[in-house]
Amino acid sequence: MIIDSNDRVVVAGLTGQQGSFWSQHMMDYGTNVVAGISASKAGTSHLGVPVFGSFGEAAEGGLDVAVLFVPAGAASQLACQAAEAGARTIVVLTEFIPVHDTMRMIAAANANGANLVGPNTAGTVTVGSAFAGFMPAFNDRIFSTGDVGIVSRSGSLGTLACMEFTRSGRGQSVFLGIGGDPVSGVSTRRALEALEAHEATKAVVLVGEIGGSKEEDAADFVAEMKKPVAAFIAGRASPPGKKMGHAGALIVGDKGTYTSKRDALTAAGATVVDVPSELPGALQ
Amino acid sequence: MDFVEHIAKSHLQNHGISIPFGQVLNATSFSESDPSCITITGPVAVKAQVPAGGRGKAGGVVLTKDAVGAVKQLLGTELGQHRVNEVLVEQQVDIATELYLAVTTDGSLGCPVLMFSAAGGIDVESESNRIYQLPLAIDCHPTREDLTDFLNHAACPNPVDVVADVANKLYAAYLDADAELLEINPLAITRRGDVVALDAKLVVDDSALDRQPVLTSLATHMPMSELETKAVEHSLRFIELGGDVGVLANGAGLTMTTMDAIVHHGGTPANFLEIGGDSYTLAVPALELVLANPNVKSLVVNFCGAFARCDVMTGGVVEAWKALQPTIPVFFSIHGTGMDEARAMVRSELELEPFESMDDAISSAVSAAAAGRNNQQPPTQPDETATSDH
Repeated sequence: MIIDSNDRVVVAGLTGQQGSFWSQHMMDYGTNVVAGISASKAGTSHLGVPVFGSFGEAAEGGLDVAVLFVPAGAASQLACQAAEAGARTIVVLTEFIPVHDTMRMIAAANANGANLVGPNTAGTVTVGSAFAGFMPAFNDRIFSTGDVGIVSRSGSLGTLACMEFTRSGRGQSVFLGIGGDPVSGVSTRRALEALEAHEATKAVVLVGEIGGSKEEDAADFVAEMKKPVAAFIAGRASPPGKKMGHAGALIVGDKGTYTSKRDALTAAGATVVDVPSELPGALQ
Repeated sequence: MDFVEHIAKSHLQNHGISIPFGQVLNATSFSESDPSCITITGPVAVKAQVPAGGRGKAGGVVLTKDAVGAVKQLLGTELGQHRVNEVLVEQQVDIATELYLAVTTDGSLGCPVLMFSAAGGIDVESESNRIYQLPLAIDCHPTREDLTDFLNHAACPNPVDVVADVANKLYAAYLDADAELLEINPLAITRRGDVVALDAKLVVDDSALDRQPVLTSLATHMPMSELETKAVEHSLRFIELGGDVGVLANGAGLTMTTMDAIVHHGGTPANFLEIGGDSYTLAVPALELVLANPNVKSLVVNFCGAFARCDVMTGGVVEAWKALQPTIPVFFSIHGTGMDEARAMVRSELELEPFESMDDAISSAVSAAAAGRNNQQPPTQPDETATSDH
């Protein structure tokens, strides 16, 4: 799920307003965008690359990473199509995809050996190489080349965490956005596994939030990691029973609380900080 | 979206699962002076229809032969956060055994899970009770053999084959409703050997409501404050929290973090209000929502632009601030995409200096709120031109 500038990236929704804007930024940064997908504009070209009607057709020219800038109604079918066409990583940026559709995307990704990143993610950045999604990888006050790998459910908070490491002078190696939905493809745990194995990453930051059990599920692996881990969990001041913006940020009964997550990660040896600005200090 | 019992039960019945004979009554259909409005005879269960757990323990379920008296007793009362606008009158069932059966969405596994316990009823969640789980493939029904093996392993009493059939129908009903949770508790085995759903709970995925128009039209809405209702009208994500430091931030994660940092620096947040993406155009109603709370003594505007551009969001807030001219102090922390233009706008339009660090902006807002609390009358602005000569 960590992409580089050799990966052949196909963008669904390339010709749309957001798809065009961010694909151009991705290309300028060094991402190897080779094609786009659009049912209505198949056969044309856009941003200098060909537009196909399906991932199957696009795959003949090479397909490693699929990126979806499409509405919720279209995302599930396209993600399944990308998995069947052989994409190794499928990044789904779309918010408000029905959870049953997310489970259909996960099943298709698993059946074809692909990683589904998202949905409702801001994407992934391999600093200085390539990015997929809508993180401001090109903004040098937020991203700078370094050795810290960051996993985050939230895009806005992930951006803040990245910025703290640029300000501290240490920089980042990789940002992996796993998304804010209650059900996601790549879990916090699998993102941490990828960072533990990633050579340029020497330290790891986990940015979590209340709701679900992604952080608790990852704690066993955190305990096994050789690289140091610092974590920030958003939502300590949030009341239970209310959906805090992200569909996944919801405390039900005593499940998904701040305390449960902090305790699980602390017991696993991670340093859990109170505010994001303390993250760089926790890894020194 | 949570649904009340009788909606969940009619959904089960539509999928071939047995439920008791019952009748729904409300203030219009119930008449105390006309007992014939209740057609169910004999011993009945009269149940308040509110989408909340712990209803039985809170007195929302009455077992009686006097249906009219029980309906009169429950209709119009308050149960938890909810007013009881409907009651369900059901024929009592001759229960031999109470089971627990549900299908839920498992966030860790990323698939539906069938859950079963041979000890159902109100204490199913007690620590001594074990709930067995069977992961299911989305859209694929388990084989009859897999189901009966699972139920036998979980010590399901006979008739196991009927319970397996109910489980299969329950999974179909779960898929059909885009459910997050569809639960039968208890699932009763009667003395005659029938298998009947005595209580049911349905939670439908909010992101799927557009393609569930029938269920959506039957939803019971959670009570919301006046301001939260106004926010929904503007499609803003707003939650009142009771503190005095107002929050305006972009993205759910950053908004929660802003609230956490307010508490970390010794204050209390007044609200959760996320603005970002396309909602920057809603800066005026957003700011109105924050300011409508008379307890708010200061405001933090915290933007970290990625997809959402700081200059666009800040432009909206600056215009709203000039239009509404609030008297409380505001503290800006602006980083990320478009930050330079955004900071310049705050300086030139509002004559304020954005903070370089988020923590400094927030701790200043907390101090200002504390000062505002201690001095309910805001101090008049010192006249700088008059004092500058001294």
